[in-house]
Amino acid sequence: MTDASPFLQLHAIVKRFPGVLALNDVGLDVRRGEVHALLGENGAGKSTLIKTVSGVYRPDNGEIRVDGRSVHIRNPHAAQALGISTIYQEFTLAPDMTVAENIFLGREPLRLRALSIVDRKALIRQTRDVLASLDLHIDPEAIVKDLGVAQQQMVEIAKALSLDARLIIMDEPTATLTSHEIDRLFEAIARLKQRNVAVIYVSHRLDEVKAVCDRATILRDGTCVATVPVASTTIDEMIRLMVGRDLKDKFPKRQSEPREEMLRVEQLTRKGVLHGVTFSVRRGEIVGIAGLVGSKRTETARAIFGVDPIDSGRILLRGKPVNVRRPGDAIRHGIALVPEDRKRHGIFGTLSVWENVVLSALRRFSRRGILDVRREKQRAQEFVTSLRIATTDLEKRVLELSGGNQQKVVIAKWLNTNAEVFLFDEPTRGIDVGGKIEVYKLMGELISRGAAIVMISSELPEILGLSDRILVMREGSICGEFDRADATEEKILNCALRGAA
Amino acid sequence: MPIVILALAIVFGSINPNFWSATNLANVSRQISILALLALGQTFAILSGGIDLSVGSLLALVSVVCAQQMKAFGLVEGITAGILAGGLAGLVNGLIIAKARVPPFIATLGMLVAARGAALTLSGGLPIAGLPREFLVLGAGYLGPFPIPTVIAAVAFVLAHGILRRTRFGRYVYAMGSNEEAAVLSGINVANYKMLVYITSGLFAGVAGVILTSRVISGQPTLGEVQELYSIAAVVIGGGRISGGVGGIGTTLMGVLVLGILGNGLNLVQVSSYIQNIVIGAIIVGAVYVDLARERRS
Repeated sequence: MTDASPFLQLHAIVKRFPGVLALNDVGLDVRRGEVHALLGENGAGKSTLIKTVSGVYRPDNGEIRVDGRSVHIRNPHAAQALGISTIYQEFTLAPDMTVAENIFLGREPLRLRALSIVDRKALIRQTRDVLASLDLHIDPEAIVKDLGVAQQQMVEIAKALSLDARLIIMDEPTATLTSHEIDRLFEAIARLKQRNVAVIYVSHRLDEVKAVCDRATILRDGTCVATVPVASTTIDEMIRLMVGRDLKDKFPKRQSEPREEMLRVEQLTRKGVLHGVTFSVRRGEIVGIAGLVGSKRTETARAIFGVDPIDSGRILLRGKPVNVRRPGDAIRHGIALVPEDRKRHGIFGTLSVWENVVLSALRRFSRRGILDVRREKQRAQEFVTSLRIATTDLEKRVLELSGGNQQKVVIAKWLNTNAEVFLFDEPTRGIDVGGKIEVYKLMGELISRGAAIVMISSELPEILGLSDRILVMREGSICGEFDRADATEEKILNCALRGAA
Repeated sequence: MPIVILALAIVFGSINPNFWSATNLANVSRQISILALLALGQTFAILSGGIDLSVGSLLALVSVVCAQQMKAFGLVEGITAGILAGGLAGLVNGLIIAKARVPPFIATLGMLVAARGAALTLSGGLPIAGLPREFLVLGAGYLGPFPIPTVIAAVAFVLAHGILRRTRFGRYVYAMGSNEEAAVLSGINVANYKMLVYITSGLFAGVAGVILTSRVISGQPTLGEVQELYSIAAVVIGGGRISGGVGGIGTTLMGVLVLGILGNGLNLVQVSSYIQNIVIGAIIVGAVYVDLARERRS
């Protein structure tokens, strides 16, 4: 029987980042002992919301109440002091220390306060007590890195409990668990409920939400759309609430006349990552790949480009099998990869615009081993002009450009290699609306010049607006394929969430 | 930075006008040629995002190999063997760093210790005397008004500048230092070019070692102690960033000049070499701080 008074209340929360309104007037209330799901697509604001509650971000506007009292959560430490603990996907345990040391890190029972000598017996005893309260059979003196992922997660929960958490936020807790381990997690959550500890459960797995949650709040585009009782809401209804929006007409209308097949991948497999991925792309065609976080779309692109090895499978270009073992091979065959994280993988921030643009095609500018700098800069200027890269100075360091312009520099680099197959991974991430439109136009031009494009994106409107065909991936394999004509956001999300076409 | 150098020169010159004498300038430039060559190689290593801690010890190894081969076979053979020894050690560094993927700091640290040990082993711990008198010309001779080591260092500077600015290798060095992951994803064969970087550093150390051997007209297994640190200091004082991707031959040249003028100038005004080290230490930190402060403000 849950105590009906709210432990946590959020009212009219607003959070802005440069160029983005991440949370817009969001309200949420979580009761004691309640398991409350937080649902929404990638980018809906779930992550921002939980970081606001756990003290990583501070809201620009709005009110947070804990136990009825208005509070300002300045930092994660303050959140913990209020009884709010968060368990992220990346665990925060110290892998080389024991379970006991981790749980009581910074709060070890001391034998002699002045000398900070740890009372080991008390440490082990108190750890056993905490673990017992969750019915966990883990050795307090086990080294954390020797434990399985599921057990490590349990240690995180135990640690939160030992901090007298009254609200535990779990971010995608079952992403790395087997079904048996998921059952154990649900048992632990049931025990938390008995102790009147509330849980915010963030997950894409709606069947789990149905199994363990009491209520669910759905976010969409940074606003709170609805809060529903899970028992009386179907999964279809939840999906409809997550998705329902009109497609904005910002995608260039293209006449697409796909020609002959350019790229075909067959049965790409890598143990534990990719399972028999098979698809093809034709000249003049954009194939969009949709899917949720963890569906291994980026890994697919990296495998095609030769960054990651594959265990089996073939890649064919224009019908002929090619051997791609490193990016250099892929480039020579005319494949380009515009990576997801341009800061870490795409741009050379400390180098100039022109140096970035020519970098993958240097052979073309060198005569007898010497680079013709004048021709390099000339060519770079041509691209800056034709792609409308907003800089007056070719010598400017790329890290000083805006996100959209940085992305254009990356694309220019690949245009320079005369690539014919482009793999775009989240091409407009972190770019404002104006910049997005420019990138879409660019992609349209590439297509009309006969390129083939594979576009990985988490933004459904983008996928629906640009793709001729849409593939949906889930956990390393393709689970559905749609033509532009009959694809809808719901169908795609359904496929991505449950794997049914 | 050139202003600093000029200012230093003026200050020292006014305290002791001997600073400006032809003899003194020749001496200074002769002395810093060794450091200059080491700093050139170090520039490649640091620009690429790595570091070469072994160059000081390589001076000793090169010296011993050069001397032994010279006595056994002849002048040219000795010089060639010495330079090749440096290159070979660089190749070993490169293999460990590029293929075994051991971090450059650790790999070259190991070479620092091992090369010194090898030098001592090969020479039995004793200097190798009895080198042909013609060999002295390399280290002590003049080409016109310029000491030969200075000429060699100058040529090396021009060569290195050309390589860094005008060849694919040079461009890739900057790319690797700026963002190694992006370099891999842009199709650069990072492993091969890293090896080339350390071979280059080793070759420069080889040339430096041969010149140094000529100056002391013997093979000395004790040469080069701490010199690797000064080569790093030169790169960094000039404005090269230790994380890679920023800097160049020009900036390294500035750093070398600062160290050279400081050392010589402080000698002339009779500041003890112990105090000189304190001053140099302060300048290393100060120069980097100024550089970073300027970066943060922008």
